[in-house]
Amino acid sequence: MINFQYLRTSSKKSALALLLKDKNAKFIAGGTNLIDLMKRGVSAPEKLIDINHVPLKQIELVGDKIIIGALASNTAVAENELIKEKLPLLAMALNAGASAQLRNVATVGGNMMQRTRCGYFYDTEMPCNKRKPGSGCGAIGGFNRMHAIFATSDNCIAVHPSDMCVALAALDAVVVLAGPKAERKILFKDFHRLAGDTPQLDNNLKADEMIIRLEIPLNNLTVNAHYLKVRDRASYAFALVSVAAGLEISNHKITDVRLAMGGVAHKPWRLTASENFLRGKEATIENFEQAAKLAMTGAKGFGENDFKLQMAPNTIIEALTIAKSKA
Amino acid sequence: MEKRVLKDENDRVDGIYKVTGKAKYFAEYELPGLTYGVLVTSTITKGKITSLDTKAAEKAPGVISVLSHLNKPSAPAYEQEGGPAMKIFYTDKVFYNGQPIAMVVANTFERATYAASLVKATYAKEDFNTDFEKAVSDAKAKKLQGQPDYKRGVEDAYKSAEVMIEAKYHLPIETHNPMELHGIIADWRPNNQVMVYAKTQGVKATQGTIANVFKIPIENIQVNSEFVGGGFGMALRTWSLEIATIMASKHVAKPVKLVITRMQMFTMVGNRPAAVQTIGLGANKDGKLTGITHSAFGETSVYENFTEGVVNMAKFMYQCDNVNTRYTVVPVDLGVPIWMRGPGEATGAFALESAIDEMAHALDMDPLEFRIKNDPEKDQQRNKPFSDKNIKEAYRIGSGKIGWSERKNKPGSLVNGQWKSGYGVSIGVFNANRGRASVKGILKADGTLVLQSATSDIGPGTGTGMTLIASKLLGIPNDKIKFELGDSSLPPAPSQGGSATLSTVGSAVNDVCVALKSTIAELAANSNMDATSNFIDVLKKNNLPSIEVTKQSQAGKEREDYSMYSFSIHFVKVKVHSLTGVVKVDKIVSVGDSGTIVSPKTARSQMVGGAVGGVGMALTEESIIDHRYGRYINNNFADYHVPVNADIPEIEVHFINKPDPYINPMGAKGMGEIALIGFSAAVANAVFNATGKRIRTLPITPDKILATS
Ligand SMILES: Cc1cc2nc3c(=O)[nH]c(=O)nc-3n(C[C@H](O)[C@H](O)[C@H](O)COP(=O)(O)OP(=O)(O)OC[C@H]3O[C@@H](n4cnc5c(N)ncnc54)[C@H](O)[C@@H]3O)c2cc1C
Ligand code: SF4
Repeated sequence: MINFQYLRTSSKKSALALLLKDKNAKFIAGGTNLIDLMKRGVSAPEKLIDINHVPLKQIELVGDKIIIGALASNTAVAENELIKEKLPLLAMALNAGASAQLRNVATVGGNMMQRTRCGYFYDTEMPCNKRKPGSGCGAIGGFNRMHAIFATSDNCIAVHPSDMCVALAALDAVVVLAGPKAERKILFKDFHRLAGDTPQLDNNLKADEMIIRLEIPLNNLTVNAHYLKVRDRASYAFALVSVAAGLEISNHKITDVRLAMGGVAHKPWRLTASENFLRGKEATIENFEQAAKLAMTGAKGFGENDFKLQMAPNTIIEALTIAKSKA
Repeated sequence: MEKRVLKDENDRVDGIYKVTGKAKYFAEYELPGLTYGVLVTSTITKGKITSLDTKAAEKAPGVISVLSHLNKPSAPAYEQEGGPAMKIFYTDKVFYNGQPIAMVVANTFERATYAASLVKATYAKEDFNTDFEKAVSDAKAKKLQGQPDYKRGVEDAYKSAEVMIEAKYHLPIETHNPMELHGIIADWRPNNQVMVYAKTQGVKATQGTIANVFKIPIENIQVNSEFVGGGFGMALRTWSLEIATIMASKHVAKPVKLVITRMQMFTMVGNRPAAVQTIGLGANKDGKLTGITHSAFGETSVYENFTEGVVNMAKFMYQCDNVNTRYTVVPVDLGVPIWMRGPGEATGAFALESAIDEMAHALDMDPLEFRIKNDPEKDQQRNKPFSDKNIKEAYRIGSGKIGWSERKNKPGSLVNGQWKSGYGVSIGVFNANRGRASVKGILKADGTLVLQSATSDIGPGTGTGMTLIASKLLGIPNDKIKFELGDSSLPPAPSQGGSATLSTVGSAVNDVCVALKSTIAELAANSNMDATSNFIDVLKKNNLPSIEVTKQSQAGKEREDYSMYSFSIHFVKVKVHSLTGVVKVDKIVSVGDSGTIVSPKTARSQMVGGAVGGVGMALTEESIIDHRYGRYINNNFADYHVPVNADIPEIEVHFINKPDPYINPMGAKGMGEIALIGFSAAVANAVFNATGKRIRTLPITPDKILATS
C-alpha cells in the first residue's frame, strides 16, 4: 500500500476546506469501496479525510419531504421506521444490496459514489477507459456479462452497481451538495452521468464538493411498491438486472407510477416512456408487458450480456406484477 | 477446563478451540525475528522474463531482500536432469499469468506489499491459449495424453440401441477457495535445519517434498500444521510459493512468512480443471441399459500433466455389458490443476448422472425407477462383488424424505405462479480407500490416553473421529483422550485426501487400542487382578506411569476379493422462476451409504458441506478468464460466487450406517468426496423436471435458463 495521510474532521466546513486544499485528497466514509480501490491500486489518494464524524446522519420528515443525511448508514436508512412506512421502495433496495456487514458501515453518500464493479476497471494490468482514459475498454469484446445495454458508448459499457440509487432515481430524490462557497441542489436522475466521451466521470459532483443530504418528496407509492433484483446468488451479489417499481392505483387505474432499472446502464435507469404509457391505464399484465416493451427501446447487447435484453423486460413485468399484488 | 453450555459425546474435540479463536493456524505463529514475504507475479501469460528491476524495491523502507530466479539459493532437485518440469520461480520462463516471479521480504507485511509493487519486470512474450474449449476443438490434430481407454463388450453399443441419447456437457474451472489463504512460515536454521508452519493436507508429504527439492535429510525438516482452514484438495501438494519461501528464508537467514492474496489463490494453487464430456447411452425399451460411452477431455497445464478419475464411474455404476470410456487431457497456458473435492469423479458424475436422467426421460420412466432397474449386482469392471452396497435402501429413504411421490414425470407440471418446481436425483460414488498409517498410543495411569499420528485435519474432524473410535474400544471418556496430529515427527500417515483418513488412520487407532487392551489384560493377569480391572488400577498396581504401543495398519487381501466403494444419493427439490431464470434450491436430502458412521456429528457436517459445495458447483461457481489476456476476471469473493446462507435451504442428511464387513475393523468408509459427487447433476435434473430445460453447462445461472428453450 502506498502511504497516505489520514485526517479526521467533525464539521462540514472543515471537511470542505481540507478537500479544497489538496487536489489528491478524498473523503472516506464507510470505506467499503474506497479501501478496495486503494488496495488494487486503482485509487491512490494522498490524503484521506474521514467524514464519519460530520453530523450528517439525520433521517427525518420535514414538511412534505424526507431528509436523509449523506452519512446515514445503509442499515440505518433501511431499518428506519419512517423510511419503511413512507419510502418502502428505498428500504427494499437497500436491503437487496451487499451484505448486512457492509450495509452497517456503508453510507448514503458513499453508496452514490461507489464505482463500477467492472473487472477490467479493478485490474490495473488490463485496459480500461474509466480507470485510464485512452487505454481502451476491456469489456467490449471481453467479459461483459454484467454490463450495460442502454446508452452505452464506444468508450465504456460499465454499469452503476448501486441498488439504493435505483430506488432514489424512481423516487424523484433531490441531492443537496455543498461546495466551498454555497450549496446547490441537483435532481437525483441528473446526478450520475452516461459514459459518453468521459467514462472516467461517474457523476456530476465537482471536485471541491460534498454530498450532504437527500431530499425525497413524499408520495403515495407506499403499498404497491417492489424492488426486484435478479442476481447470481440470493444475497451478496450485484444485480444482473434490478427493477424498482412503484404504483399508485385507484379505481383500478394507475394514477402514479415509477419505474427505474439497475444493472443496465452507466447510471440508474429511469423508465420514463414506460411510466408515461402506464399512467392512467389499468394495472393489467398486458399493459405491464407493453410498458416493458417500451422500456427496451434502443437496448443493445454486447454478446455475453445479450440475455439482459430478455431478462430486463421480464423483470419489469414481474416487479410490476408483484407491486400490484401487494395490499 | 472450559465451561460448557452443551455437551454431547459427539462434539468436535476441537470445537471450543475453533469457536474461541484458540485454534492456531499456520499464519498465526510468531517466530522471533519473523519477516514477511510478498510475491510479485507475472503479468504476461507466456514467455520469458527478460529483466527484473528490483532496485526501487530494495531501497524501499523495511525491505530485507528481493528474491527471484536471478539470486535464489540452489535447489538441487531443480538442477537435475528430469527434475520437476515446473521450475516456477527458479526459471525465467513464464507458464501462466499470475505466476510467482519474485518475492520481496521485508520487516512488515505492508512494507513488503508496497515494495512488491515497485518490482518491474520486462518480458519476451509468446503466443498463448488459456481457452480450454478452444484447445479441445484444436486438439484433434495433436497427440495428447490421458488415461488408457477402457472397453467392455461392444464399443459404442449405444449407437445401435433401441433407445439412445447422446449429449455433451461442459464444466468451467472452479477454484477451491477455502476460507484460509494459502501460504507458509519457513525457517531455515543453521546446519540445514528447516522448520515450517504450513497449510497442508499432508505434513509427511510436505516434509518429503522439501527434503527432495533441497536434498537435505528428512530428519532435518519439521513440518507443523495442526489446524487447517479448509483445503478441498488445494493443499495436497507443495507449490512453488512454498519452495520460494523456504529459499527466501535460507537466503535472508530469518524466518519468512508468506500468505498469498485471494487473487493469487486463483492462479497458483490449482483449480478444478475445466472439462468437456460426451456421453452416449443406449437402452432397450424396457429400460435396461445396453451401452454406455463416456468420453472426456480434461484441462491440464503445459508444463505438468494432471489427470483424474473423470470417467471411472461409468465403468461400474450401472449394470451394462457394453461400456467404453476415453479420457484425454488438453493443455492450456494456466497453472496446473489439482484435485478439488469429489475430484474428477464429481466432474464425471455431472455428465453421467445428467445423461441417466436424460435417458429416463427418453424412456418416459421415473429416473429413480430407471436407476434401480440398472443397479448392478456386482462390479462388472473388476468382476468382483461389492464389499457392501445399500443403494436401493438409500433410494427408498431419500425419496420418502424429499417427497418424491409429489414429483411428476412430465417436466413443467408443478406450477405456482411464475415459479415452477421440480425434483432431481443423482448418485455419487467414490473408491473406499484404505492406506497405510501408524499410530502411537500412550495410556497413562492418570486415566488419559494420548494418540499420535502425522495425519491432518483440514476440517472434517479427524481428531473427533479418532477419539470416538478409541473411546468406544477402551471405554475411556472423550475428554480423557487426546489425538495429536499435524506434526511430521509423529508416526507416519498419508495425506488427507481421497476420503481415506478415517479408514486408514482409524484402523491404526483401532489396532493400537486393541493392543493396549490386551497389554492391560496381560498385566492384570500377571498381577493377579481380575481381567476386567480398570487400566488405571492395573497400571498403578504395576507401578507403571504409562504404557505405549505403536502400530502400523494397512489393508489386507480383502481388497483383492471385493470391490469397495462409498455411495451417496442426492435428492434435490428446486423452483425456477420463468421470467427471471432464477433457480432456488428448496430442499436437499442426501443419503450416505458409507458403512458405519463413527462420528455422527462430523459425518453430518461432511454431507452438509458437500451439499453446499454441490450447490455452488451447480448454480454459481465459475472462474472466468479473459482469454485475450489470460487473466482472471472474477478473482475475488464478490465476483466468484460461492453459495451464501440465503442460497441454502434445509438440508437433511441420512445414513445407512451399516458396517462394511470387509473394509476395515470399524466397517467405516470415507465420505468426504461422496458428499459432493453427483450433487450438481441432481440440481440440473431437478431444473429439467421443473422446466423441461436441460442445462448441460455449469453453472446454471439465470441467463442460461432464459437462453434455453
Ligand atoms: C463485496 C461487496 C458487495 C457489494 N454489493 C453491493 C450490492 O449488491 N449493491 C449495492 O448497491 N452495493 C454493493 N456494494 C457496494 C456498497 O454499497 C458500497 O461500497 C458502499 O455503499 C459505499 O459506501 P461507503 O460509505 O463505504 O463509501 P466509501 O468507500 O467510504 O467511499 C466511496 C467513495 O465515495 C466518496 N464519498 C463518500 N461519502 C461522500 C460524501 N458525503 N460526499 C462526497 N463523496 C463522498 C469517497 O470519497 C469515495 O470516493 C458492495 C460492496 C462490496 C465490497
Ligand atoms: S466497461 Fe468501462 S469500466 Fe469496464 S473496461 Fe470498459 S471502460 Fe473500463
